[in-house]
Amino acid sequence: MRFDTPATTNPIDRLRIIGQPVDRIDGPLKVRGAAPYAYEQHEAVPNQAYGWVVGAGIAKGRITRMDLDAAHAAPGVIAILTTENAGPLDKGKRNAAPLLGGPEITHYHQAIALVIAESFEQARDAAQRVQVAYAVEEGAFDLAEAKAEGVGPSKDSPDSKIGDFAKAFAEAPVQLDATYTTPDQTHAMMEPHASLAAWDGESLEVWTSNQMVAWAHQDLAKTLRLKKEQVRIRSPYVGGGFGAKLFLRADILLAALGARLAGRPVKVALQRPLIANNTTHRAATIQRIRLGAGRDGRLTAIAHESWSGNVEGGEEENAIQQTRLLYAGANRLTGTRLAHLDLAEGNAMRAPGEAPGLLALEVAMDEMAEKLGIDPVEFRILNDTQEDPEKPDRPFSQRQLIECLRQGAAGFGWDQRSAQPGTRREGRWLVGLGMAVGFRNNLVDKSGARVRLDGEGIVTVETDMTDIGTGSYTIIAQTAAEMMGVALDRVVVRLGDSSFPASAGSGGQWGANTSTAGVYAACVKLREQVAQALGLNASDADFADGMVRSGERSIPLADAARDGALTAEDTIEFGDLQKRFQQSTFAGHFVEVAVDAATAEVRVRRMLAVCAAGRILNPKSARSQVIGAMTMGLGAALMEELAVDTRQGFFVNHDLAGYEVPVHADVPRQEVIFLDEVDPTSSPMKAKGVGELGLCGVGAAVANAIHNATGIRVRDYPITLDKLLDRLPG
Amino acid sequence: MPIPDTETSSRTPAPDPVPGDVSLARLSLRVNGAVRELELDTRTTLLDALREALRLTGTKKGCDHGQCGACTVLVEGRRIYSCLTLAVMHEGESITTIEGLGTAEALHPMQAAFVKHDGYQCGYCTPGQICSAVAVLEEIEAGIPSHVSESLDAVRISDAEIRERMSGNICRCGAYANILDAINEVGGQPA
Ligand code: FES
Ligand code: FES
Repeated sequence: MRFDTPATTNPIDRLRIIGQPVDRIDGPLKVRGAAPYAYEQHEAVPNQAYGWVVGAGIAKGRITRMDLDAAHAAPGVIAILTTENAGPLDKGKRNAAPLLGGPEITHYHQAIALVIAESFEQARDAAQRVQVAYAVEEGAFDLAEAKAEGVGPSKDSPDSKIGDFAKAFAEAPVQLDATYTTPDQTHAMMEPHASLAAWDGESLEVWTSNQMVAWAHQDLAKTLRLKKEQVRIRSPYVGGGFGAKLFLRADILLAALGARLAGRPVKVALQRPLIANNTTHRAATIQRIRLGAGRDGRLTAIAHESWSGNVEGGEEENAIQQTRLLYAGANRLTGTRLAHLDLAEGNAMRAPGEAPGLLALEVAMDEMAEKLGIDPVEFRILNDTQEDPEKPDRPFSQRQLIECLRQGAAGFGWDQRSAQPGTRREGRWLVGLGMAVGFRNNLVDKSGARVRLDGEGIVTVETDMTDIGTGSYTIIAQTAAEMMGVALDRVVVRLGDSSFPASAGSGGQWGANTSTAGVYAACVKLREQVAQALGLNASDADFADGMVRSGERSIPLADAARDGALTAEDTIEFGDLQKRFQQSTFAGHFVEVAVDAATAEVRVRRMLAVCAAGRILNPKSARSQVIGAMTMGLGAALMEELAVDTRQGFFVNHDLAGYEVPVHADVPRQEVIFLDEVDPTSSPMKAKGVGELGLCGVGAAVANAIHNATGIRVRDYPITLDKLLDRLPG
Repeated sequence: MPIPDTETSSRTPAPDPVPGDVSLARLSLRVNGAVRELELDTRTTLLDALREALRLTGTKKGCDHGQCGACTVLVEGRRIYSCLTLAVMHEGESITTIEGLGTAEALHPMQAAFVKHDGYQCGYCTPGQICSAVAVLEEIEAGIPSHVSESLDAVRISDAEIRERMSGNICRCGAYANILDAINEVGGQPA
């Protein structure tokens, strides 16, 4: 199905099941521990051996000698994989650094060997006996230092210049010129990357934990120089990803190579302490923002420049993209520059671009509002735009930002905020309120599904879509149930298998809208087949309550499959509506913090997000996406930072003890409001995404609240207490 | 200090001599009410004994280092990180895992509350959260104080008590607010 004109009324609009806050259909499995994740596929194949990954102990250089004798001699060892015996390998289209390193090493903890043994304990023990000698080369590890050498713009993020920024900024009566930094961050999903691989002759089967089955399928085949038909990938349950599991990573490749070498199935989980340096991370940024405004508070000049670093073949962190679209202003300048760094590959983490970009932009907006003496909410409303500021003939499909802000301000009690920072005191606590705008674009990509109706009236959906905690199982079941007019428990959903039609996968908050749109397309076809089988007119047939009605006739749906199951497959493909309309999602984030006047400990007390993100397919799971994202935003503001050892070139705090993420005690009650919205330009589902929107802007709202509480402006994230301590008000 | 560009030896310390044989131990555990006889490498953690030897994969491994809580189980009624203890240290002891709390037909009230309140997303921390939550309510009931208890003798359920006691179980999906609602429902505190 091609989607190139805005959606009109369709069966989804009935909202009998779609739009309802139903419990997750995979919930009962998950709460019993009965949903098998990648490392838990004991039943899949017999005789599984265990792999332990050895990571490089240097950031850059060469392996000069690898002594494997002691490891080979250790009990239980079956084989040891290195580049010496891995066979010829290509590199996946989406990988920058090779997943198996050696002799050349391009980043710290790059995998250099897989020790395969009969048991986990034996593999771990033998791996400690691998002796490696290196010739170390100097590398670049410090973004602040490498920044000057940054190159750009890249073809994916060209510089943009509208009007005459320099002149308008120079003439603006009120100006801000500030530089912000955001640190490297790691996804820290709870399930480590893990894979089980088994060969049958020349055919390979992999059970893994991956967000994008089609990408992993393609890149694994390419890396191993196999045909895609020789490879099957399954990823039925994913214990979190946040971008870390978008790509083929070392666990999959090493399991596959290891299984070939050992001649039996091998399973591999990346050991937790390897993950931060072995896989991808969100790259640090240095961002300079300049804003110029008239005394009336209208922005006349907006510039946002961002620097980040990456390995050879890696891309920039596109922290400026929201700034091109968020506020009106006639004179604009944005650009990114990319420096070479020899750290691990920087790549997507939840809301790449906007998440770090808004940490800077929305603090800059707060600073500007303060300079202008205008309330921060009013300042944003004053500079709202209903069209793409770079292309005024291109409207937003929906833009209810003002409504988000007004509802948020009213609901949160924004009028209790003192415009004078550092003036609200409750005992030992300095109390402040902050807000920020959340913004994330709506992305779409083609997505396929297969639906089958059997003689019992059961509808089975198959697609390679994944559920990474997002609720895909449930909203896909809701879509099929709504379309076919059956109860939710009459739908079976099977996900995450490369033998199913390729979906858009889970990333960029496009998963919910596009994967359900693919299911919608397949269901439209199945409805036609059903109508035909029942001798009804498809165009006026009504599917409801397990019956199909047309005119006077009403026939059980299952009757259509009496003589054999009916199967339909289709893919939703998107035309140019994304070009004609700017499709984005919006939020107003509001936060109250209390800062200990003596120790500078920050406690977040309340959080509210008001979101406008198209149709909400399941308000229960969508709310969970948003509160989870708000929690991650709190982490970004207050604690998350991969500390770089700029001498040895690695992230020092590379485990869950050193890399701090929010825990129960850090998180207050969180409130989420979804505005009533449908976006017919987005898909037949009229939905957009919320999973990343919920993160965008949250950290800035926390930072602004801290400023309101203390009068201290911290422009370097995370805002740890050492950055506040010596500047606390008396 | 500049990095030498000449050959450096690995930072791995010299290994112990290669042992001739694996040291095995027989042990018996009472897991979810059933006695299980095992012969295990003595280095096997309780977590791996459950997940690999007994194939009870409901208990999760998030870090293997006592940093996340995904591996929480109840041993003799007390919650522990099963990755931080060796199986052989629990000879004869009674272990309850997520599989022992409820069944598909009859979920444990805490499991049902997690479903109702959407106290999870990816589900990977969930078995650990649920085992921990069940134990937390018992600890409060038994009057065991925590860091946030206002007095040592009058320990009562509250949001602060739950948040404090549950802080050893990380949920990167950030379902904390919903988990709190689920625990409050079972603990009898209005959400
Ligand atoms: S796996 Fe035991 S605490 Fe993380
Ligand atoms: S549900 Fe994913 S980590 Fe808690």
